[in-house]
Amino acid sequence: MEKYIVSPSPHIHAKQSTSSLMGDVVLALLPAIAVSVVFYGWKELLVLAVSAISCVVIEWAITKWLFKKPGYFCGSSALVTGLLLAMNLPYTTPWWVVFIGALVAIGVAKMTFGGLGQNVFNPALVGRVFLLVSFPAYMTHWEIPQGLFGVDAITGPTLLGRVAENGAASIEGLNYWDTLFLNMGGSAGEISALALLAGFVYLVCRRVIKPWITLSIFATVAIIAAIFHCIDPAQFTGPAFNLLTGGLILGACFMATDYVTSPMSTWGGVIYGFGIGFLVMMIRYFGSYPEGVSFAILIMNAVVPLINRAFHQKKFGRA
Amino acid sequence: MARTTFSLGGVHPNDAKYAKDHAIEVLPLPQTVYISVAQHLGAPAVPCVAVGDTVKAGQVIAEPAGFISAFVHSSVSGTVKSIGPRKDLAGNNVTHIEIAVEGDDWVDGVDLSDTLITEIPADRAAVLDKIKACGVVGLGGATFPTHVKLNPAPGSKAECLILNAAECEPYLTCDYRIMIERTDEIVVGAAIMQMVLGGCKTVFGVEENKPEAIKALKESVARLGYKDMSVLPLKKKYPQGGEKQLIDAVMKRQVKSGGLPISVGAVVQNVATSLAVYEAVQKNKPLVTNTMTVTGDCVPDEAMHNYMFRIGMPLSYIAEQAGGVPQDAAKIISGGPMMGKAVANFDACTVKGSSSILYLSESATKRHPEGACIRCGKCAEACPMGLEPFLLNRLYKAGDVPALEQNAAQDCIECGCCLYTCPANIPLLDNIRLAKGQVMGAIKARAAAAKAAAEAASSEKK
Repeated sequence: MEKYIVSPSPHIHAKQSTSSLMGDVVLALLPAIAVSVVFYGWKELLVLAVSAISCVVIEWAITKWLFKKPGYFCGSSALVTGLLLAMNLPYTTPWWVVFIGALVAIGVAKMTFGGLGQNVFNPALVGRVFLLVSFPAYMTHWEIPQGLFGVDAITGPTLLGRVAENGAASIEGLNYWDTLFLNMGGSAGEISALALLAGFVYLVCRRVIKPWITLSIFATVAIIAAIFHCIDPAQFTGPAFNLLTGGLILGACFMATDYVTSPMSTWGGVIYGFGIGFLVMMIRYFGSYPEGVSFAILIMNAVVPLINRAFHQKKFGRA
Repeated sequence: MARTTFSLGGVHPNDAKYAKDHAIEVLPLPQTVYISVAQHLGAPAVPCVAVGDTVKAGQVIAEPAGFISAFVHSSVSGTVKSIGPRKDLAGNNVTHIEIAVEGDDWVDGVDLSDTLITEIPADRAAVLDKIKACGVVGLGGATFPTHVKLNPAPGSKAECLILNAAECEPYLTCDYRIMIERTDEIVVGAAIMQMVLGGCKTVFGVEENKPEAIKALKESVARLGYKDMSVLPLKKKYPQGGEKQLIDAVMKRQVKSGGLPISVGAVVQNVATSLAVYEAVQKNKPLVTNTMTVTGDCVPDEAMHNYMFRIGMPLSYIAEQAGGVPQDAAKIISGGPMMGKAVANFDACTVKGSSSILYLSESATKRHPEGACIRCGKCAEACPMGLEPFLLNRLYKAGDVPALEQNAAQDCIECGCCLYTCPANIPLLDNIRLAKGQVMGAIKARAAAAKAAAEAASSEKK
């Protein structure tokens, strides 16, 4: 008998593992990455590569030499952080700035809290915001891109930047079909709403994430924008504009849904999504930055432990 | 009809019903059987035969030792060789009665023919006595004495008898086979229990991955024409066959934490129990046989079987009859892959509630190294009791028993969905089982203290 395993039930396990989940997220990001590389050319690829490789190597090095627990290393999770960070940066960002971003994202936002599963704030966003406040020139500098295959690119300041400077009237006549397929300017994660949404649908279908957080953000943004737009269309942009521009879709689909930094219950997720949507619109309408998705998600990250405490799963046979 | 299922959690493992087309075969008798006196929930039975006695198949060899206990009968005819401790499948010593098999004589009055008796006796007390005397226990897993369950405490009334035909555990097909091959007997058994419970509504809850069983049961129910009896197909989801889950699926009522099914008007009995009730009441045949599946992911088709076995046959004997232990087997399980027990002692003997010998290969059953919790919440999503396994795991590690009780660790039904689903392979259920033990201990200690205090107070008054 000694050659047979004896252990408690259950004796089988689902196929999903942490690595497979993260692999699915990488797959879901691929369409948007492909569009950004085609649109922005090799420079974008460089940003992606530097960010992804730096994140993985930094996490590996810290788990091996600082934690001295190589088993804690989860390359696929670091890879997701790296890709998301890159997608939040302008394609013109110099490689060393990207590297500093990766160092802050993994080294500070993730590993100082204890690594995988322990961080309070979304690492990629911490990295991005660190760069935004430390290197504002690089982070808001937009060049006319040299796309691959001669893809035509019109660019200048991002749409949200234009609105912040000149008011809602400056985007009159904007064709929303364009923004759906190829947004006008912005970082890799802001280019194609459609590619991002395709990735989101994939994640929901593969049961990697639940759609509630994302839908709650979209609904909140749409409702707030609709109300303000009705009050004063000249000053406040409308729902379609606010849903399709900037980093909202990337943030709502891929950053706010990060397991570690989002609430665990469905209703908690809805509240969290509402908070993000509300903060995004307040920053966009009244803040000094043109865009507020990163700040909104980071602020709500801080509230997650409280939300988890307030919203528990409905228990069977208990009121 | 809209497909229905239980409301919270659940997982969808591959059902792996590879053995479903293997008809039930009767196992030949071994030379010796070892019959355990602890085959039911509750107090072990007390042997009432002596070494050297000659016994017949169906003869009582151990008597119940309490209200929740059951008769044990000999499954064979022969001579009692020994009475004493023998290891069960977990390796614990339990009193067994060893009987050397000689011929196959049954006690008088047992009807071994195939004739179907559809007429339901009217004397409720007599039927209950017969069920008790035949040692019938719940064959869905818990082996709770059936006569106790069919006799709810005064003041509570059964509104619905639910026949558990879910067989939600992957791999197992023995319930499926009896539903196909012995449909009418199961339906008559259900009608008998319906009568005992005062003629309540009776529903067969069958998962829809067994369309042939649904069809057979529907035909039989229509043909036999018992009142208020129906077949309800259920959406496939594990653990549908959990008692509370099945009641929720069929009646849309949730049994309160710590409550009994009867508190919402439900009585749940497995289809195999229904067959045992039929045999006991209509055929005077005690519960000495049951059906089991021999299957697994590393078992060739020709080595898969659905067997009718006599209670007390050693597992190793049955494995031999089925063609030996497969080369690639890494784990042998008695029961399903989600809730069954890993066999530590293959010489252990079958009991009333045995349902399978399941061989799993290393790739199917190996536990992967534990990773870090990524707070995905999948365990909480999967928990059919609405618990938060990640939280219970953390509280257990912190040793916080009051918080464990507050977060309902004691409600855990040990279905395994949390550990099954955890992408980081955290041994959630292992720890929650231990936590549950601590909470139950605390609850019992509190009850005992309260009782002692009340007694002290009343004696002071006197």
